[in-house]
Amino acid sequence: MGWQRKVLRINLTNGEVKEEPLNMEWAFQYIGERGLASKYLMENMDPKTDAMSPENVLIFATGPLTGTMASTSGRYAVITKGPLTNAIACSNSGGKFGAELKYAGYDLLILEGKAPEPVYLHILDDSAEVLPAGELWGKTVWDTEAWLKSTHQNPHLKVASIGVAGERGVRYACIVNDLHRAAGRSGVGAVMGSKNLKAIAVRGTRGVTVDDPDRFMQVVKEVNELLVNDAGRKGLTTHGTNAMMSSMQEFGGLPTRNFQEVQFEGYYKINHRGVRAKKRNGHVNYITNKACFGCTIACGRIAHIDKEHFTIINRKEYWHASGGLEYETAYAFGPVVGVDDVDALTFANYMMNEHGMDPISFGVTLAAAMELYEMGVITGEDTDGVSLNFGNAEALAVMSEKTGKYEGFGQVLGLGSKRMCEKYGHPELFMGVKGQEFAGYDARALQGMGLGYATSNRGACHLKHDTFEVDMDDQSGNGKAKPCKESQDFVAMLDSTGLCLFPASAWGAPQYQQMLDAACEGDWSEDRILECGERTWTLERQFNMAAGLTAADDTLPPRLLNDPAPSGTAKGKVCELGRMIPEYYAERGWSSDGVPTPETLARLGIT
Amino acid sequence: MHKSLLIDPAKCTSCLQCEMACSYEHTGAFNPARSRIKIYEFEHGRYAIPFTCTQCAEAWCLHACPVEAITINAETGAKDVHADLCVGCKVCTIACPFGAVNYDKQTKTVVKCDLCGGDPKCAEACPTDAITYVDEDWTGYDRMQYYAERTHLPSFSG
Repeated sequence: MGWQRKVLRINLTNGEVKEEPLNMEWAFQYIGERGLASKYLMENMDPKTDAMSPENVLIFATGPLTGTMASTSGRYAVITKGPLTNAIACSNSGGKFGAELKYAGYDLLILEGKAPEPVYLHILDDSAEVLPAGELWGKTVWDTEAWLKSTHQNPHLKVASIGVAGERGVRYACIVNDLHRAAGRSGVGAVMGSKNLKAIAVRGTRGVTVDDPDRFMQVVKEVNELLVNDAGRKGLTTHGTNAMMSSMQEFGGLPTRNFQEVQFEGYYKINHRGVRAKKRNGHVNYITNKACFGCTIACGRIAHIDKEHFTIINRKEYWHASGGLEYETAYAFGPVVGVDDVDALTFANYMMNEHGMDPISFGVTLAAAMELYEMGVITGEDTDGVSLNFGNAEALAVMSEKTGKYEGFGQVLGLGSKRMCEKYGHPELFMGVKGQEFAGYDARALQGMGLGYATSNRGACHLKHDTFEVDMDDQSGNGKAKPCKESQDFVAMLDSTGLCLFPASAWGAPQYQQMLDAACEGDWSEDRILECGERTWTLERQFNMAAGLTAADDTLPPRLLNDPAPSGTAKGKVCELGRMIPEYYAERGWSSDGVPTPETLARLGIT
Repeated sequence: MHKSLLIDPAKCTSCLQCEMACSYEHTGAFNPARSRIKIYEFEHGRYAIPFTCTQCAEAWCLHACPVEAITINAETGAKDVHADLCVGCKVCTIACPFGAVNYDKQTKTVVKCDLCGGDPKCAEACPTDAITYVDEDWTGYDRMQYYAERTHLPSFSG
């Protein structure tokens, strides 16, 4: 138990829906969610397939701990081939949708083919049908959820959907659930749109059981105690992830104006204190914190925009509260584009949630457009007359909406930074890896982060490894390969359980081992679960190799490798990636070309 | 003295651990759909309101039941549904002014909060003390005390 032992396979081309038993042999090797869905993806498609073609496969996956009493158990992941990276995409989300899907009785949804007309998937426990989307196509994420709940007369429906950005193929379109939670990165929403699938609406009443309930409840109580008392947890509850901005500013790792600088003078207006500052008219952006399903932390922010702010002064439809700024969003709409207007950032965040886009990729793409504009490569003629100067809050607001609605210059921004910079003949201005834009950490100040960015299987990403501590201790490339590799495997393991990354500040392998062992049948040792993580990482790498990626893709933009950090604790330093990569491949048991050796594959049982 | 559930919506983060704990206690599975306490969210999650039976002293559900399947638990004061007597007519769900009695399609009976026999699991599971279990004549006094304090403090400025 833990698993529901059931997969729902949906052929969108002919509308056929079929149940099949979960492959338990794979579940014992890959746990669930990220790992297990990666295995299913590998077995169900040719990695060379074009990400936007009907032959791509889109998988929604829960883990064995999803929907249980284990803290942060609301998560699901979307696994597919990503249109931003042409690599495996693995994007997970919180909110309540994941748990609801599990309660309906499924571990995985496998969506194949392409619907001839726009459709949505409606699931009520055992009953699942593909229905015509009709007037739903073209609606925003927010209107889609309201329409589905009212049409099906079911306020308990949980909805994951795409906005116009996903319908029209914005390369970093995301899948939004519960209004402002998202499987955000790598363009999984664009894949959903390419299949003509607007939404998945689910209601589950079957519940989830575990293998040894008494032991499980005891373990959950003990590990929850660790989480409740953890300093990292307390910080996340009180300040949210945005407390990170001050640390990065101080450290000199806060990417500013498309990574030309590493510190941002306006950071204090948009950090965790900035959102709580009272304006002259009494308005305060931050309202309260809210949790995802089953979460003890509640890092989520709820905010509202000042009704007198230029973004919404005549637009009452945005006079309500919604998701507030977390760190990556604050970075991507703040320092990297040079904007310090907290309500403009929040408006852009509303646009991301309402139209379904990844804020990191959008912000970093806009930053590159701003640099192109300041260089004179593009002008007002290209940008619909909008001045794309760094620091222009109006440009941020206007372009976030245009991109969401796929209008004007928004269509160019919708290409993502890599394709846009290539279009204008300046590929060096793309700040990312494998086509995906960087998160809010500069790899010159945080060397291990640079290695993690370069080797992440889904393109630049800060969530698939954790080398913060070693990066803070030593700002050289020394000794980063081992902790990078080990934390990648650890995160791949915990991503596969169905829990969130954030309790990992309080939990290590022993805690995950105890929960998995009590929830799932079989004997789960620490070694075994960590090996599942390594197996997952290596399988993802195999997918990418088969898709045509090579070691040459494990790199960083020249700006981080050649241009020294202009200020901060890493002043004068570049990212020493060239030293770290060979060490990393060796650590992983890969050839000097970054290919997993036959011995490594055999050791992990990957065939 | 009987105790009652004290709910402070301002503290609720909408994590639903109460719903999981309730359903686990009563059905053996984690299944919010069968929880007897529900969280409702409004305005994109700005407000989250836990809602369950308040155990009315003069209980509409109890009076409405034609087969006397709802009785007062002398120990806890809860209005308990006796599943073996309940015929699933749902009249109590209509009688309850708050909607806190609901029909369970799996058992074909109505279900409602029974205070877990005096050890409510929702209160135990709540990570923010939005749900607490207190003496029944104490509800309201914490808020009264809070406002009393604000009213008399010199720093109080509205």
